[in-house]
Amino acid sequence: MNTIAIIDYGMGNLHSVAKAIEHSSVASKVIVTHDRKTILSADRIVLPGVGAMRDCMGEIKRLELDDVIREVAQNKPFLGVCVGMQALLDSSTENEGVECLGILPGHVEFFGNQLVDENNERLKVPHMGWNKVTQKIEHALWKDIPQDARFYFVHSYYVSPSDDNHEAASTSYGHTFTSAVAHENIFAVQFHPEKSQHAGLKLYENFLRWDGHADV
Amino acid sequence: MGLAKRIIPCLDVDNGRVVKGVKFVDIRDAGNPVDVARRYDEEGADELTFLDITASSDNRATIIHVVEEVAGSVFIPLTVGGGIRKVEDIRRMLNAGADKVAINTAAVSNPEFVKQAAEKFGSQCIVVAIDAKRVNAPDEPLRWEIFTHGGRKETGIDAIQWAIKMVDYGAGELLVTSMDRDGTKSGFDNELNRTISDSVSVPVIASGGVGNLDHLVDGVKEGHCDAVLAASIFHFAEYSIGEAKQHMADHGIEMRID
Repeated sequence: MNTIAIIDYGMGNLHSVAKAIEHSSVASKVIVTHDRKTILSADRIVLPGVGAMRDCMGEIKRLELDDVIREVAQNKPFLGVCVGMQALLDSSTENEGVECLGILPGHVEFFGNQLVDENNERLKVPHMGWNKVTQKIEHALWKDIPQDARFYFVHSYYVSPSDDNHEAASTSYGHTFTSAVAHENIFAVQFHPEKSQHAGLKLYENFLRWDGHADV
Repeated sequence: MGLAKRIIPCLDVDNGRVVKGVKFVDIRDAGNPVDVARRYDEEGADELTFLDITASSDNRATIIHVVEEVAGSVFIPLTVGGGIRKVEDIRRMLNAGADKVAINTAAVSNPEFVKQAAEKFGSQCIVVAIDAKRVNAPDEPLRWEIFTHGGRKETGIDAIQWAIKMVDYGAGELLVTSMDRDGTKSGFDNELNRTISDSVSVPVIASGGVGNLDHLVDGVKEGHCDAVLAASIFHFAEYSIGEAKQHMADHGIEMRID
């Protein structure tokens, strides 16, 4: 049986991530946990997260999960979601600067209070709602998901990976930003697949079937 | 072009049942919120809002079960409002599967509650609901004040200043209902919505007064809102969500249409 550990560090709606995975047709056992052993023995890992980066990283460290996350991010199929994606980078400008896990090189930046669209109309921050996700690479997690499918976003910060090859998708809001990253066994998304109806459920299903190799 | 404007059907729930009448033809039980939520999801709703109008606090637990069941089968954002007064109320709703809570009366009686809630759970899940009514004399400049208890209780608080303050306190979104228009089917108060939306950095949801699909278009174009909320036009199956989205798209508004 496919065992999926959803890492619980007290931040975010883990319930909906678990329900979305359970809803998938792939037989699997979902465990919401911060237990080190359980995480290390799971087949797949999901790192979710909402809220402020300082609080998220604070809880990850307090529960001594940082090393465990770094370890499982080495080899298991790993999915980061929203702040769980941002936490993989080196650092975030949120809360006057927060050091993150440093699993992928790059930084997390603020959309800013002066964001405007191509017609110079002011854009609201947080970026909240359904936006188009343009796939930049072929990947097992994009299987059967149409190019430019809309996913649900809620965030004020976005990732800026140093290595362009890590960009798996981009989205436009004031400017183009990286909305998904992929590197070896890691895939991470800024949007919420568990709130993105059909396309989101498909992405979780693809994740459950993924062998963790970057090649399609 | 990018971010789509949202259509949010609102379900008023009393003792675990949808009220205000729902007349879907092919639905098992039109009063069952889970059935109604599934139907709206299939029609392409971008989010769902549940407003718990249960009078007795003893029966509040029923909304928790509704949220739990809906969250297990409908994978779009869910907002729950009504009776959210304590940090513990928010925690229970989020644990049940809600993504956001709407705070109304409790924000007015204790603005610090909004601050605490945003710090605890993040601004992204804190919606402040503002019920506003025009208070200026006909020959005076437009002015709105906020009302609580379903529009019955005046507070003397200026609605625009209140909106700015609530965002400053951590509200991640504002749900603005015109008490003048609610139930009239004469359209949103677009001046109210525009004045608030242009004054704050966060998304604003227009509510109160939708009678036809042009009103939804006006909510975005005239009211500068990021999302439009409606109840009765969808409940009575006058229009499907799909028709509403297509109508808005035909008027040049970016929508999520599969």
